[in-house]
Amino acid sequence: MGKNQLETKTSFKAKSDWPFLLIMGIIAATYVILIVAMMLADMTFTSTGHLIEALKSEEIQYSIKLSLISCTITMLLSLVVAIPMGYFMSRYEFHGKRLLDSILDIPIILPPLVIGLSLLILFQTAPGRFLESHVRITYTVYSVVIAQFMVACAFAVRTMNVTFSQIDSRQEDVALTLGCSKGQAFWMVLLPQAKKGILTAGSLAWARALGEFGPILIFSGATRMRTEVLSTTVFLELSVGNIEAAVAVSLIMILAGFGVLMIVRLFGGIGFFKSVD
Amino acid sequence: MLSLKNISIIQGNFQLSNISLDIAKGEYTVLMGKTGCGKTTILESICGLRKINSGAIMLNDQDITSMKPAERCIGYVPQEGTLFSSMDVRGNLSFSLRIRKWDKERVASRVNELGELLGIGHLLDRNITGLSGGERQRIALGRGLAFYPEFLCMDEPLSALDEPTRDEMYSLLQSLKKELKITALHISHSMSDAEVLADKVLKMENNQIIE
Repeated sequence: MGKNQLETKTSFKAKSDWPFLLIMGIIAATYVILIVAMMLADMTFTSTGHLIEALKSEEIQYSIKLSLISCTITMLLSLVVAIPMGYFMSRYEFHGKRLLDSILDIPIILPPLVIGLSLLILFQTAPGRFLESHVRITYTVYSVVIAQFMVACAFAVRTMNVTFSQIDSRQEDVALTLGCSKGQAFWMVLLPQAKKGILTAGSLAWARALGEFGPILIFSGATRMRTEVLSTTVFLELSVGNIEAAVAVSLIMILAGFGVLMIVRLFGGIGFFKSVD
Repeated sequence: MLSLKNISIIQGNFQLSNISLDIAKGEYTVLMGKTGCGKTTILESICGLRKINSGAIMLNDQDITSMKPAERCIGYVPQEGTLFSSMDVRGNLSFSLRIRKWDKERVASRVNELGELLGIGHLLDRNITGLSGGERQRIALGRGLAFYPEFLCMDEPLSALDEPTRDEMYSLLQSLKKELKITALHISHSMSDAEVLADKVLKMENNQIIE
């Protein structure tokens, strides 16, 4: 090795990493600060008095109850649909799969208001009216669940598709050679591996359902003590200028959402909710 | 015992045609070939995991070509073991027996027997995570043998193992050969697997099997 070569090698200094990390850090931190600042601002805008007052109101109690019940039903329905759908999408190749994939994305990309409007129109068609003549759907609690389900289920389907796709099908293949039918391989081998994904899909559907507003407003109306869920309450309180109550209810929603997120973190989720470790 | 009669498999751009193969009862056959030459594809079609486009697969003079994998009674030891991650070792070993609805005592005694046979008796209540490569292969082997299959298919069972572990597996497989008189097809790209274990060595070259 020549002398010059040796000198260049030892005297070479790499650029400092600090400016890069600092700029990236500042950009990233801005967003987190915004989120936290938003929450803090909400908290300063209300007091425990307002919160208690809100919780005492009969209408708000009803809307909390309806929200919790409808979100839970929506979550269960979403899982019932998302698990088989995710299974077919991840385990089978068939004609029209890409088209089906795009159709499944419609509820995610459509504006929520349009979903509400489309549901309303659907129930004005002949089959819809026939159904309505037996069970009243529009402007009832059933419509709340349907409106929530239409959007929440799409997220659950996405999550289950990713979950199953990430699980190698080889274990199921082995199960088949050991005597399983496809159904047995699904229940005994695939599903136990997908526990975390199911939890994530369920909580995502629950949280989506809690935040749903547009479709419910149009498809279910905003009748107090009937189709009023928490997001509707925020809207109704705001529209009559009762900002304190609106903020108090918002905080209740934030806490509920945060609680669900924490539960998922505790059990370790995948995808959207995956924790840092 | 097992014979492939002019089978063809088309899979995208990859094509195998007119593959024939005969394995006699009690014969331990090693099929050698480069990575990507279609060895695994052949093994998977024997197990029923891959459809063949033409030809026939016979096991004990019975045509199993269109049978479900579950009904073929062929033990399968996949690459790197592929153990069921949601079950413990006992759960893996007893899987095929539980599917066949054996009663509990019979399952327990078969699992203990396998534990002893394969030297994994001390691992039965362990989780799958944290097992060594050699232990995993032994369990995969036990799981594949549990239901007394007619025929055993092994896909590169030793390729992921280090030298000493591989030697241990050699002596295990040799003793299994002697004790159980298993009829097996073992896929490998290692010459030494063939030298140590094989009663018959087949090679895959240019999409054909030659002896």
